[in-house]
Amino acid sequence: MEEKEEFTTFLIDDSRYQTRITKKFANRTAFEKPDPKQLRAFIPGVIQNILVQPGQTVRRGDSLLILEAMKMRNDVTAQVDGKIKSIHVNNNERVVKKHLLIEFE
Amino acid sequence: MSLASQMMDFFRRRSKAVLGGGEKAIEKQVAMGKLTARERITTLLDAESFHEYDLFVEHKCSDFNMDKKQLPADGVITGTGKISGFPVCIFAQDFTVAGGSLGLMHARKITKIMDHAMKLGLPLIGINDSGGARIQEGVNSLAGYGEIFFRNTQASGVIPQISVILGPCAGGAVYSPALTDFVFVVDKISKMFITGPEVIKTVLGEEISMEELGGARVHTETTGNAHFFANSEIECFEQIKKLVTFIPWNNKKKPDAFPPMPPRADFDVETIVPLNPREPYDVRTLIRALCDDSDFFEVQELWAANIVIGFARLNGETIGIVGNQPLVLAGVLDVDSSDKAARFIRFCDAFNIPLVTLVDLPGYLPGIDQEHAGVIRHGAKILYAYSEATVPKVTVILRKAYGGGYIAMCSRHLGADFVFAWPQAEIAVMGPEGAANIIFRNEIATADDPDAMRQAKVQEYTDKFANPYIAAANGHVDAVIGPHETREFLIHAIEISKDKQETRPPKKHGIPPF
Repeated sequence: MEEKEEFTTFLIDDSRYQTRITKKFANRTAFEKPDPKQLRAFIPGVIQNILVQPGQTVRRGDSLLILEAMKMRNDVTAQVDGKIKSIHVNNNERVVKKHLLIEFE
Repeated sequence: MSLASQMMDFFRRRSKAVLGGGEKAIEKQVAMGKLTARERITTLLDAESFHEYDLFVEHKCSDFNMDKKQLPADGVITGTGKISGFPVCIFAQDFTVAGGSLGLMHARKITKIMDHAMKLGLPLIGINDSGGARIQEGVNSLAGYGEIFFRNTQASGVIPQISVILGPCAGGAVYSPALTDFVFVVDKISKMFITGPEVIKTVLGEEISMEELGGARVHTETTGNAHFFANSEIECFEQIKKLVTFIPWNNKKKPDAFPPMPPRADFDVETIVPLNPREPYDVRTLIRALCDDSDFFEVQELWAANIVIGFARLNGETIGIVGNQPLVLAGVLDVDSSDKAARFIRFCDAFNIPLVTLVDLPGYLPGIDQEHAGVIRHGAKILYAYSEATVPKVTVILRKAYGGGYIAMCSRHLGADFVFAWPQAEIAVMGPEGAANIIFRNEIATADDPDAMRQAKVQEYTDKFANPYIAAANGHVDAVIGPHETREFLIHAIEISKDKQETRPPKKHGIPPF
């Protein structure tokens, strides 16, 4: 006896289609609105040197920390003027891409 | 010296070179579950058909004590032979000799057989099994890769190029297969990546095994870098033997015709496609119901399965088939399926293989990830490939053909020679549900029973537009045909298009949205 396959309902232009979903589609990354108050790692690497402290006021362009990746010391700078609320990494910590590094107030 | 002693000397030299890296290295190769380079060639080619050249080539490197090292045949076997009587040029890297590493003379042997393939107009098969660049040879080794890539590109669209990955193929080496037309991989044997797990771990701290990073499954399911997956080398060689029956020797020839055969009786073209356009079915079953002996040779079966591509025969003639697959993601076009179809269309166009397109899709896949992944640029490739192609192009609209998807799938407007539609075909800007919600927005919103009103309006739109006759009235569809007539119409269309002539404006080359 052949079992009847359970299909997924897939909505396109208000029409409901019965179909299979691919692994790639099911695992697609959801879109997250970037939060300007959160600084995240743009590349996986190692935190080398944290140059700021919580409570400190920084100006756009100030160095915040050094993120070593691909044998390069990347100088991570503030994108906006602001006050550091918290730091979420330590020196020599290995971080993955998009890891939260610093939060601004 | 007598002839006898000269012959003795020759046999001694030859048998030594033929042994490659020696018995110990061969034992290691076998322990890894791999055939030797020489066994691979003789298994793939017709018996006794292989003729080897450059067996006595030696490397010229003298640095790092390399002058004391003899590398038989410099780690690669090259020659010509036949597959089912079909002539080919072939090379196979020999992992038993210095890990199949690529030095300058190794590369020169490969480029020489590539030059032969171009001059003789023969397909090129490259069997890759190499640890990478021969580091002792420095930049000369890189030069060797570059010379191969240059020839891969020159040969692209002139002779079919087939790459077989039967071992590691890492770093720059991957770009030769990437430039060729078909890449074959074998489970647990093939490994392809730009940077290996070790470097990824040191530099990025991410841990992954070779198999997870660039094994055969990854490249056939996730990346789309490979076209054919096999469980063993023997199965892989059978796939290659089958592929060469469908393709011509070069771009000036057509594929060999085979004796015409009807589809097998167990396929009934009338019952495969459900009438409801939102119900799934496997388009490959329909393809089998239409083609000779129900024999469909699918390409990239496991990647971007929402579109199906592959070779088959109609009345003995090779055709390339592109079909939306309602079974997977409702058959939508997206980034991957557009890339997959576009490349296949260009292969068929380059090698004089008529294209048959089976249309049944709701359109392009909506979503932020798709938009941000560049579905505009990728989706444009399929439009470009169809518009550019001058081989006979025949399209059958099976059920739905909505919006941009209708245009993209080899519509009349992109230069299809013949467009047929089944009576249940719906050619419209979008499905009736979406269209009714837009056109009758006010009526639905102000109705006492909005759901009932929506139902009524969807039905009204379906009755009016969900058919092929408006497109037929405008000449966008040449004939409305019953499913049972499809094979006959296709055969006739391909037959009368045999000497089709179509010219394109002279140019150096187009600029497709790569």
